[in-house]
Amino acid sequence: MSKVKINDFVIRFANVNGTGSASANDMFSKAVFRMGIPVVAKNIFPSNIQGLPTWFDVRVSADGYLGRREEVDIVVAVNPQSFKKDIAAVRSGGYLIYDSTKPLHPEFHREDIHFIGVPMMQLCMDHYNEPRQQQLFKNMVYIGALIELLDIELEVVQGIIRDQFKKHEKLIEPNFQAIDLGRNYVKAHYEYPLPVRVQRMDKNGDSIMIDGNTATGLGALYGGASVVAWYPITPSTSVAKAFETYAKRYRVDPETGEKRYAIVQAEDELAAIGMVIGAAWNGSRAFTATSGPGVSLMSEFLGLAYYAEIPAVLVNVQRGGPSTGMPTRTQQADLLSSAYASHGDTKHVLLFPANPAECFEMAADALDLADRLQTPILVMTDLDLGMNFHLSPPLKWDDNRKYDRGKVLNAQQLDEIKDFGRYLDVDGDGIPYRTIPGTHPTKGAFTTRGTSRDEYARYTEDAAAYEHSIRRLDKKWKTASTLVPKPEVYRSRGHALGMIWIGTSHHAAVEAIDLLEQQGIAMDGLRVRAFPFNETVEAFLDEHKLVFVIEQNRDKQFRTLLVNELETAPKKLVPIQNFDGMPITADSILKQVLERVGEAEVSR
Amino acid sequence: MSFIKPQFHHPALPKNKVGYTKADYEGSISTLCAGCGHDSISAAIVQACYEIDLEPHKLAKISGIGCSSKTPAYFLNNSHGFNSVHGRMPSVATGAYMANRDLIYLGVSGDGDTASIGMGQFVHAVRRNLNMVYIVMNNGCYGLTKGQDSATADVGSINKEGSENPFQGIDLCSLAIELGATFVARSFSGDKHQLVPLIKAAMSHPGFAFLDVISPCVTFNNNKGSTKSYDYVREHIDATSELDFVPIHSEITIDYEEGKSVLAPLHDGSLLHLHKLAAGWDPTDRKSVIDLLQTAKSAGDIPTGLLYLDMNTRNLHDLMKTAKKPLNSMNESELCPGGAVLEGINAGFR
Ligand SMILES: Cc1ncc(C[n+]2csc(CCOP(=O)(O)OP(=O)(O)O)c2C)c(N)n1
Ligand code: SF4
Ligand SMILES: [Mg+2]
Repeated sequence: MSKVKINDFVIRFANVNGTGSASANDMFSKAVFRMGIPVVAKNIFPSNIQGLPTWFDVRVSADGYLGRREEVDIVVAVNPQSFKKDIAAVRSGGYLIYDSTKPLHPEFHREDIHFIGVPMMQLCMDHYNEPRQQQLFKNMVYIGALIELLDIELEVVQGIIRDQFKKHEKLIEPNFQAIDLGRNYVKAHYEYPLPVRVQRMDKNGDSIMIDGNTATGLGALYGGASVVAWYPITPSTSVAKAFETYAKRYRVDPETGEKRYAIVQAEDELAAIGMVIGAAWNGSRAFTATSGPGVSLMSEFLGLAYYAEIPAVLVNVQRGGPSTGMPTRTQQADLLSSAYASHGDTKHVLLFPANPAECFEMAADALDLADRLQTPILVMTDLDLGMNFHLSPPLKWDDNRKYDRGKVLNAQQLDEIKDFGRYLDVDGDGIPYRTIPGTHPTKGAFTTRGTSRDEYARYTEDAAAYEHSIRRLDKKWKTASTLVPKPEVYRSRGHALGMIWIGTSHHAAVEAIDLLEQQGIAMDGLRVRAFPFNETVEAFLDEHKLVFVIEQNRDKQFRTLLVNELETAPKKLVPIQNFDGMPITADSILKQVLERVGEAEVSR
Repeated sequence: MSFIKPQFHHPALPKNKVGYTKADYEGSISTLCAGCGHDSISAAIVQACYEIDLEPHKLAKISGIGCSSKTPAYFLNNSHGFNSVHGRMPSVATGAYMANRDLIYLGVSGDGDTASIGMGQFVHAVRRNLNMVYIVMNNGCYGLTKGQDSATADVGSINKEGSENPFQGIDLCSLAIELGATFVARSFSGDKHQLVPLIKAAMSHPGFAFLDVISPCVTFNNNKGSTKSYDYVREHIDATSELDFVPIHSEITIDYEEGKSVLAPLHDGSLLHLHKLAAGWDPTDRKSVIDLLQTAKSAGDIPTGLLYLDMNTRNLHDLMKTAKKPLNSMNESELCPGGAVLEGINAGFR
């Protein structure tokens, strides 16, 4: 038997999509979570609705490493289509738990792993009549088997089932029975538990398990968005859906049924961002959620909003390239297309959340920042963060927080000031004052347009007026760099080497730094949380001889932004990349850094 | 250089019921070509707003891009305006309307702006029944980019360069009716007598009010053989009705003629009195309006006036059940569920 591994393994569920496996798999990771053990789940799913292979990787880590790990200890294989691949994925000495209703073809046999057959389908066919039931309970049978094999606390799983079927109590007992089918089979046929297993800890504190998109939608709700316009696209759809779900609960007058929000599923992304811009121009907080292809379509409007200085919030849940297929995989490959979206001299504020709590926070902050800076703010998450359940600090809201509506003049202020000019830089921070339509019968009205205007918003094609106006926008950009979320210094011990990353590269990066240290290579780390880059970012790059830049794209887009905006010497920024559509891993960072350190003969 | 009209206000200029003179509804000096139909439409908008006693700040002007879309700068200087991007006025108007249901939204577009690049957005604005006035200043060409044929150019129409348009023209009125617009009218920039009451009625209509206004481009499409020239339109125009707009609290002095008149109450209490000139057509019956338009098309006539009206309209906010209070006036207490609720939400994720 292999060596004992407690609370430190990766288990992969290989299923067919559309068979209800997702909820069983969620149940598994939730059980580990409720046993106080750090856990993270990654769903790898195809771009269709039913019938294709999906994988669900759960990493259990006593040390709290929440990045993906490549080495798989256990595979639960219930999809004959992918048996070959799934069996090959098990690490040497690992376990394959499979549906043994039909005997496994001899060609699948491997000497170096353990085969644990459970006749999942047979057990279900013996106990349930309807095919759909047989299908659904099959998932619960393997959950039952895992309870015994991995020593999961039965009461914890039962509690989750009770919660899940609160509204359908009839289903609770049959689910318990299905679990028992799996448990009893294991008990009768195998030695249990396995050396690889779980054991209760107390490491999760007040953390929650939530997907980033739900947190983002909630953040927008708390941040006061009242107009939402969106067009369906994976992996962003659930942002708008989450907003709507909670708005239905908390923004509807219980007596009249009237809604304190308006949400429109637009005809396309152009219309979605147009609606957001129209609403924001008219004084409502508004947002849209989309992914790369949507941002491409929105790009003309983003330029208009930049020049016309209109607040707008856009959540970009990044995914792989165009078309269908890869788009259900993750990437951070829209950095450049988002930062510089549109024609002319345009650049946009980007925020990079790394966990659901930050999705929540940054969605709300984005609404404040958009109003304060009068410009589009793009919240850059990705499929990994948006659609997977992550262990996260709880969402927090300070009831004393007031929305920062920025420089908006009301009727009284308009009466008091002598000289209103929509684009006058009164305060010297590059941010002018605006008025909302309908504010005052005779003062403060103006016509919004792109570039051809003077400081009083009067039409002009005068070259000097144009130059003046776009120079002021640059001043506003400088102001933005002081207002956006500051980077998080992960380690600062004055090492010669540094590592810098954004968003979901976080978990892999911090794990990699630990692994590197174990190998005698120490380095400092910085997680950038926004663009334009705050001065701390520049200082970090200056202070280190060599900086490893973690990228989840091919073209080193993060590095390009650093070089472009901070004029850092490109040679000093070493790209560490992963762009196969899977979240980057610590092992891969480790390997690449070791190669580069060897090449550069950097002293240890 | 910027253009601002000198404001010489004669102290004795008459004021309307809300205390504004007509000059208060004017805009900056137009930079369009002398004689451009669009300027006449701007003048009609000024006239209509003055006459219905509109407070200018209660209206927002939104346009796309084109000579036509520039006009919001040339009327209603006391209203906020938004000259947005080409073909996308409908979405900006939708968002603005979602944010504040209490303003009057005046969308201005061109035939290029609406019937080509903006067709998708136009179609969807109609089907959502935004409460807005949507005016297309229709000259059958792209004025601002120097006269290319537009999608509303009639088949066989000859452009300035002498080439004949081989493609079918899009009839925006038929399309709007088809899509469920609840107020559809066609008019001519040269017929102020008809246009002003139509604009007034459109502004009082509680749903999507569409005005297709033929507006000749004197520079690029006013030549012989063009079906959007002043001469051609004047010759082929066929008013379907005469329209009187009876504002709120006014006495009805018009003779109501059985079978020939339609008297429709508008949501703000004003009345529309439509005197039918065309035979065999009922402006409240979609099918009969489509028939009228088809018949006119084969005869080469241009029927104008209020073509279709449906008073039982439920606009976007009615359909969505939005609060009566404008969303843009809500604050933290109305929008934020608060920390305690969030604690409960967190608990659901443990
Ligand atoms: C995305 C985009 N494409 C093309 C243009 C160039 N353009 C400006 S106005 C216009 C056509 C305007 O035609 P119409 O809407 O009929 O207005 P008109 O000038 O005739 O009143 C075009 C194609 C543009 N501004 N934006
Ligand atoms: S080009 Fe045509 S549409 Fe444009 S302003 Fe001149 S006449 Fe009017
Ligand atoms: Mg035109």
